Amino acid sequence: MSRPTDRPGVPPHAEPDDSPRGIRRRGLLGALGGGAVGLAVGATGAALAANARNDDDPPPTAEELVYEFTGAHQAGIVTPAQDRLHFAAFDVREGTTRSELIGLLEDWTRAASRLVLGGEVSARGAFGGGELFPPDDTGEAAGLGPSGLTLTFGFGRSLFLTASGEDRFGLRPAMPEHFTELPVMVNDFLDPARSDGDLCIQACAHDPQVAVHAIRNLSRMAVGRAAIRWSQLGFGRTASTSTAQSTPRNLFGLKDGTNNLKAEHQELVDEHVWIGAAQGPDWAVGGSYLIARRIAMTIEVWDSLQLGEQQRVTGRDKVEGAPLSGGEEFTALDFSATDAQGEPLIDRRSHVFRTHPDHNDGIRMLRRGYNFVDGNDEQGRLDAGLFFIAFVNAPQRFARVHTSMARDDMFVEYLKTTGSAVFLVPPGVQGEDFVGQGLFDATSMP
Amino acid sequence: MTDTSISAALLASVTVLALSGCAPNTSNVAEGDGIQVSSTADACEVSTDTAESGTNTFTITNDGDRVTEFYLLGEDGLRIVSEQENIAPGASAQLTVSLQPGDYFTACKPGLRGANVGEAAFTVTGEAVELTGQDDELYSEAVGVYVDFVKNEVAALVPNVEEFAQAYMAGDDARARELFAPTRVNYERIEPIAEALGTLDPRIDYREVDYLAEAAELEADDPTFTEWLGFHRMEKDLWPPQEGDLNADGSSAFEQWTWSTDEDRQRIGRQLVADVQDLYDTVHDEDFAQDQQMTISTVSNGAIALLEEVAVTKVTGEEDWWSHYDLWDFQANVEGSRIAFDLVAPIAERKGEQGRQLVATINEEYDALEALLAQYGNLEDGFVLYDQVTAEQQAELTRQIDELREPLSRLTGTVLEIEG
Repeated sequence: MSRPTDRPGVPPHAEPDDSPRGIRRRGLLGALGGGAVGLAVGATGAALAANARNDDDPPPTAEELVYEFTGAHQAGIVTPAQDRLHFAAFDVREGTTRSELIGLLEDWTRAASRLVLGGEVSARGAFGGGELFPPDDTGEAAGLGPSGLTLTFGFGRSLFLTASGEDRFGLRPAMPEHFTELPVMVNDFLDPARSDGDLCIQACAHDPQVAVHAIRNLSRMAVGRAAIRWSQLGFGRTASTSTAQSTPRNLFGLKDGTNNLKAEHQELVDEHVWIGAAQGPDWAVGGSYLIARRIAMTIEVWDSLQLGEQQRVTGRDKVEGAPLSGGEEFTALDFSATDAQGEPLIDRRSHVFRTHPDHNDGIRMLRRGYNFVDGNDEQGRLDAGLFFIAFVNAPQRFARVHTSMARDDMFVEYLKTTGSAVFLVPPGVQGEDFVGQGLFDATSMP
Repeated sequence: MTDTSISAALLASVTVLALSGCAPNTSNVAEGDGIQVSSTADACEVSTDTAESGTNTFTITNDGDRVTEFYLLGEDGLRIVSEQENIAPGASAQLTVSLQPGDYFTACKPGLRGANVGEAAFTVTGEAVELTGQDDELYSEAVGVYVDFVKNEVAALVPNVEEFAQAYMAGDDARARELFAPTRVNYERIEPIAEALGTLDPRIDYREVDYLAEAAELEADDPTFTEWLGFHRMEKDLWPPQEGDLNADGSSAFEQWTWSTDEDRQRIGRQLVADVQDLYDTVHDEDFAQDQQMTISTVSNGAIALLEEVAVTKVTGEEDWWSHYDLWDFQANVEGSRIAFDLVAPIAERKGEQGRQLVATINEEYDALEALLAQYGNLEDGFVLYDQVTAEQQAELTRQIDELREPLSRLTGTVLEIEG
């Protein structure tokens, strides 16, 4: 396990596209204020294993990547997006007390700090507990490396205040005023069984079995205190959160999130992602809001759209992801550019137009979604789509962009949102604290 | 011994270090100074490879640059007898453990993954440490009481089965339907015992789908076992399927089934009575406990096994597929489980704080499960039929069973492996 000081968290073989194109891109972003080519880890929390590393050591493989669990912010937000996701939302069991809830968060913190190193949930683990005990660890990740695992914990609004107005854990007084519910949006077909939840864990890793192992063992640990409400596997990332990563494609075949906020845009990340002192409350500063939306795509219909139409709906060309106003992938969009007939090259109802910060009060977000295919429906169509994850510093800011998109965006015709949730991701864990400790220190049971 | 308060251990070790001004790798540690361990990237140096039995303290210093942990392993080199987790680089921690004479290994795991580092033999000599609990006596007492309980249940089962079988053979279906669930209660309370007795449980309690799947093997084991028998065959006659009904596995209810004729009923009814009598004779044999090698773990594992029954077949409604009387079985399984647990609990409570906490947690979860079941009825007045229990309610029952199973799964190990 070594520390890739020069290339934070970029597994060379997981990143076949780490090519001259990548370098050119970094140059462009440098011009945008992305800073020193994104090589400093900055406030990413991706501080990595403790061993000092020589510059001429080869970078670690994806399997050996370690992201540190503690830090100012939780890992798994500006950490370079890993390839695989297992996301789970939990409901706290009826009758669970505040101190039992704290006990759960302590257990999760202790286990998570071991799991991200590639360790088992306890020293006795899968094999060392003797024959008369069920093993502490379920064992399917034995022999696998840490694989860049991050575990990001969040609190649902219902943890502070249930739908019926109950404050089960004395947390209501510390609920941030910005922690609002999302308004109903166009094409919401929300299934309550796939929405909301008191707690969440986002597990991301370069090996799907490592992510699943983490969620499985943390769920097992929660028995009696919390149970899974819904969960989602994602098999491929649809966002880059570091300039060192290439832009992946979603199931529409499109490069997704070219304009995403990235770790290296530290000022923008500070402005748009982290809950700041101005927003507060104090305990939440350095945290963020995780917006999770299970967006089913009618891919079979999309697939029969002519290429030109697919590009018009998107506002970018499909091969490079370059704006229809010209240039290359990372060229700035020019909404005023017109064709010979004077028509705008980028349609005003295209996805890039509707979601661009210029048309949304400057709001930006850090997207970290994953492609999913959950089998098929009864018509023999794939139950496929995008498990959209975005980090913003107020849910309302996401709602603002989404409303603008939903109203006119031609894309929305091919989308159906089937699940939705918002979680407050508390700031990073410090020292021996448990995740979210600040919230509990700031409150008490009435 | 796992997860003792880490911060307390760290504090304690800081004090020790301050007092002794200790250098971690000293090899001549005077008695009373304890055993020093130094963990580095590629070594786990222990200041001595022998110790006297009794209380020993290891002071582990992490001289490496990654978080580490220290293990004392049993003679198989695999089972962890005691451990100190999560020692940060530069930090020390203490592990105090009471050791019996024997062969052990010491090892570290810097980075918390991969093979153990510096595994080395460690021998404990001296007298055996006397335990506070006289466990052996308690064990045999608990086993004795449990065997008596099993005998009583089977003794109650015999006349009930006779009455039920009589009604069935006489074609008094209304009476037989009334008796079906109450009759099974005594059996369901001790099911894991019957399951250990060859083909007795398959003859008495197999569902049609199970019988069909195993028919050839069952006949090979027991040449007289040539057709589906027992409670569930009678159940299907008493609550016969309608056109289009499916078995629990999704096959047609009529695929390999026809109504039992009067003649069939006589044969099947008499066979159940005979099989239950056979069960009675077996458990009442004076050598029963010895023949079955019954130990305290039979009792403890019996408590666990009954809940697995519930979790796998009862909560899904597969057990009493035609009558939907699953909640009677469910209740009986839970009762049988709790009786076995209650016999083991006093022994588990002698296993220090860990044992006491485990027993308290398990008791809470039994209480919660019983309270939840009580919402659906009771054995005297009857329960809601399982086809009336919604999917949401089934999920709630499943969660509560899992919440009991999880701590209960640690009972046997706590009783047998933790010293009081």
